[in-house]
Amino acid sequence: MAETNNNLIQGKNGLWEIVMGLEVHAQISSQSKLFSGAAADFGAEPNTQVSLVDAAMPGMLPVINAFCIEQAIKTGLGLNATINLKSVFDRKNYFYPDLPAGYQISQYLYPIVGSGYLTIDLANGQSKKIRITRLHLEQDAGKSIHDQHPHKTYVDLNRAGIALMEIVSEPDLRSAEEVAAYLKKLRMIMRYLKTCDGNMEEGSMRCDINVSVRHPGGNLGTRCEIKNVNSIRFAQQAIDYEARRQIDILENGGTIEQETRLFDANKGTTRTMRSKEHAPDYRYFPDPDLLPLLLKKEEVQRLKDTLIELPDAKKQRLIDQYALSAYDATVLVSEPEIATYYEKLLSKKRDPKVAANWLIVELFGYLNKIGKTIVESPISPEQLGELVDLIGAGVLSGKMAKDVFVEMAETGQAAGQIVSKRGLQQVTNSKEIERIIQQVLQSNPDKVAEYKSGKDKLFGFFVGQVMKASDGKANPALLNELLKKALS
Amino acid sequence: MTESLVNLTLVQALDGLKKKSFSSVELTHAYLANMQQKRNLNAYISETPDKALAMAKQSDQRRVKDMVGLLEGVPVAIKDLFCTEGVKTTAASRILENFIPTYESTITQNIWKNGAVLLGKTNLDEFAMGSSNITSHFGPVISPWKHGSDRNKKLVPGGSSGGSAAAVSARLAVAATGTDTGGSIRQPAAFVGIVGLKPTYGLCSRWGIVAFASSLDQAGPMARTVGDTALMLQAMAGYDPQDSTSVNTQVPDYFAALKNYSLRGLKIGIPKEYVVPGMAPEIEKLWQQGMNWLKSAGAEIQEVQLPHTKYALPTYYIIAPAEASSNLARYDGVRYGLRIPAQTLDDMYELTRAAGFGREVKRRILIGTYVLSAGYYDAYYVKAQKLRALILQDFQEAYKKVDVILTPTAPTQAFGLGEKMSDPISMYLNDVFTVPVNLAGLPAISVPVGLSSDKLPLGLQLIGKPFGETTLLQVAHQLEKNASLKNDPDLGE
Repeated sequence: MAETNNNLIQGKNGLWEIVMGLEVHAQISSQSKLFSGAAADFGAEPNTQVSLVDAAMPGMLPVINAFCIEQAIKTGLGLNATINLKSVFDRKNYFYPDLPAGYQISQYLYPIVGSGYLTIDLANGQSKKIRITRLHLEQDAGKSIHDQHPHKTYVDLNRAGIALMEIVSEPDLRSAEEVAAYLKKLRMIMRYLKTCDGNMEEGSMRCDINVSVRHPGGNLGTRCEIKNVNSIRFAQQAIDYEARRQIDILENGGTIEQETRLFDANKGTTRTMRSKEHAPDYRYFPDPDLLPLLLKKEEVQRLKDTLIELPDAKKQRLIDQYALSAYDATVLVSEPEIATYYEKLLSKKRDPKVAANWLIVELFGYLNKIGKTIVESPISPEQLGELVDLIGAGVLSGKMAKDVFVEMAETGQAAGQIVSKRGLQQVTNSKEIERIIQQVLQSNPDKVAEYKSGKDKLFGFFVGQVMKASDGKANPALLNELLKKALS
Repeated sequence: MTESLVNLTLVQALDGLKKKSFSSVELTHAYLANMQQKRNLNAYISETPDKALAMAKQSDQRRVKDMVGLLEGVPVAIKDLFCTEGVKTTAASRILENFIPTYESTITQNIWKNGAVLLGKTNLDEFAMGSSNITSHFGPVISPWKHGSDRNKKLVPGGSSGGSAAAVSARLAVAATGTDTGGSIRQPAAFVGIVGLKPTYGLCSRWGIVAFASSLDQAGPMARTVGDTALMLQAMAGYDPQDSTSVNTQVPDYFAALKNYSLRGLKIGIPKEYVVPGMAPEIEKLWQQGMNWLKSAGAEIQEVQLPHTKYALPTYYIIAPAEASSNLARYDGVRYGLRIPAQTLDDMYELTRAAGFGREVKRRILIGTYVLSAGYYDAYYVKAQKLRALILQDFQEAYKKVDVILTPTAPTQAFGLGEKMSDPISMYLNDVFTVPVNLAGLPAISVPVGLSSDKLPLGLQLIGKPFGETTLLQVAHQLEKNASLKNDPDLGE
């Protein structure tokens, strides 16, 4: 991979490069947990979504949730990755009160998804391929709550057993910006596929960041793993801090100890959680309660065939099919709902560029102002389409359309309804416009004389006067044409 | 009256109930009385007389309406490893001493659905780890059998299903459930002169059974005759979607298959590797006797090779503890069971588990933790898995030539309480003939065929092809007919 890198950090004695790989834990969108029938809803009362299996009662056995398997396969396909027809669930053994069985069911040697990649888009307009090492399935643990009582810990098992995908990247990331772009792209793909909602604030997507530094072209440095970072902003802060910390140590003649570190969101710093020597021995072994997971080729093919169009492909198609700019296309595919809105808008033949503008500039601007998302938009694609059509047919000028748009948003009325109600019909009758022009010219003989003696700039003055006299309804193009004729 | 009722086999009891010679309540009363009389055997951890009588009463009501299950009205015992709703389930461990499940295991659900009556929960080795029922937190089970030359010597009933074995043998239950991880149904069955069947892995659901070693554990019936065993198995077996290792297969009518069968042309394999040093000569003699009986019934005897047999015990004592060490991690004092409070979390774990588990369980958790540890995993666990595959392959090769394999069930008769205690290895050696079957996931049955010179029961084991339970029961039935034993410890014959 070519190392064109503008992200180098200036140190005391030379340039440094940050090398990073990510482990993202993405909660699978699913009604029920990975190995039990218990519900997987967020925000329920503590310990209300716990089955006997989740609580690891004696004699309870896990049963694979087939839907979660499909979700993992779809995500793997979305990451251009190999789907392994045989994968194995292992037990990762450790003691903790929020891990009821004393082991987490995970996949160790044989994950369900093998190597793949995704492409990130950078601010400078370039894109970069980030290799995915693997994706495996595992259960989430419960939640230990330490701050409710001075010397007691409470345990909430609602989350215990919820299905997670751990998505591991190669160390291909070189800056906080790339990490942010990677997380956004991954989230976008999963949102398109409806395999993870990507809500980092609800914990349904979190990441561990492996950070090391080196001089450009040098050998990989010793890495530290920053655990459980739960927002893109925090990821950037954590990386900035951690890279600077490692560089300072190295520049002062020290060495980096391989360790696991925690990000402190309040201070924006990272601190040691445990060193490599204290890394637990998880004693992985295949879970004897579960047979190896065998998938049929045809099953994977069926999912592949029915996979929806993903953002990169959709973006390219929007550019090719509608001659949109890369910028517009990027914005339109940034969320699946926006792309869907746009394509609905174009389900009738309309000018793609005009439609894109109305969506990106006007609708987004308005939604932003009222704090709503595209899904909650008060104006449907059909309604916005009607407005665009009225502009295209010359019924409304751009300026008039903006007024109508606001009224549509506020009242929920259709554009046509508002136009006829307010008599906003644009004047396209040349006789009528000619009449107004004559009026304006007659009441400004001195200006006409000035114009004729060479003061071309006054043309705009006449346009403004005519527009004003027509209550803004005169068709601008026609007005221009007729005014030029009248003044010649 | 009472005594004769408890001497009825399951098949005879069903007949009596059907003919209204006695009611389920009467039959249950007879057993409850006998249980009270023989408490010295320590066969039960919990007796459930009230529940038993209530269930018997309901059964009698169903009988009037002619709604009868396979085991309608028959009082049975359940190994205290099966979770029973509202009834204490201890696994014979202090750590679950007061644990009352809110759910019922699939196997016991099946048994109740078929009309049986619960007499109580039987004693066992703690977490089913043992071959003599001496590791129970609730004390050892005493075999109802007496040593011919030393009638005061207390004998073990075998293990781990020693309570179930003693209960069935001593007429404290018509039949019982057991579980078999390395011989825990078959060896105690042999020691007390009853029939015990370990089904093919996957035939009986593991859901709701306290796990010991998940890839080896299998529930099965223990009863006084082959016919009784067939009926029990029929009630227990069946697919369970809650157990991912349960096999979706049609359960045949095992009992009907005993009415009319012929062993003519059936090929019986004899593995020479099962002649082990230290095996009692009279057991070898009995083995030969078994071969002769089957030959007379028309079967053909053939030698087969099971060359990896010698690796079965070491393989088993890696895999079983490895799985156990992980399966028993849930007993941590956090959610249920024993908790010894402490200042720190680690102290709470350590004190709870130190107090809650007995010596044998701790030993196996330590072995299991060790063989799964980084740096040892490949040398032990991975190697054991490879050997397990070879052991299975041995059987697969043998079954290209024969239909059933005949071996002794155990290399010795029942030993005295306290013997073999100091040396766990010699205790483990008692499982030498039964363990390979679990590693291969095959079905096997132990059937009593004779008495030793010390007047103690001896059994032979038949090992079948996967889901070959019907053939196993038929061959066992033939041996039972030939042996023609009373299998009554009170009579000593």
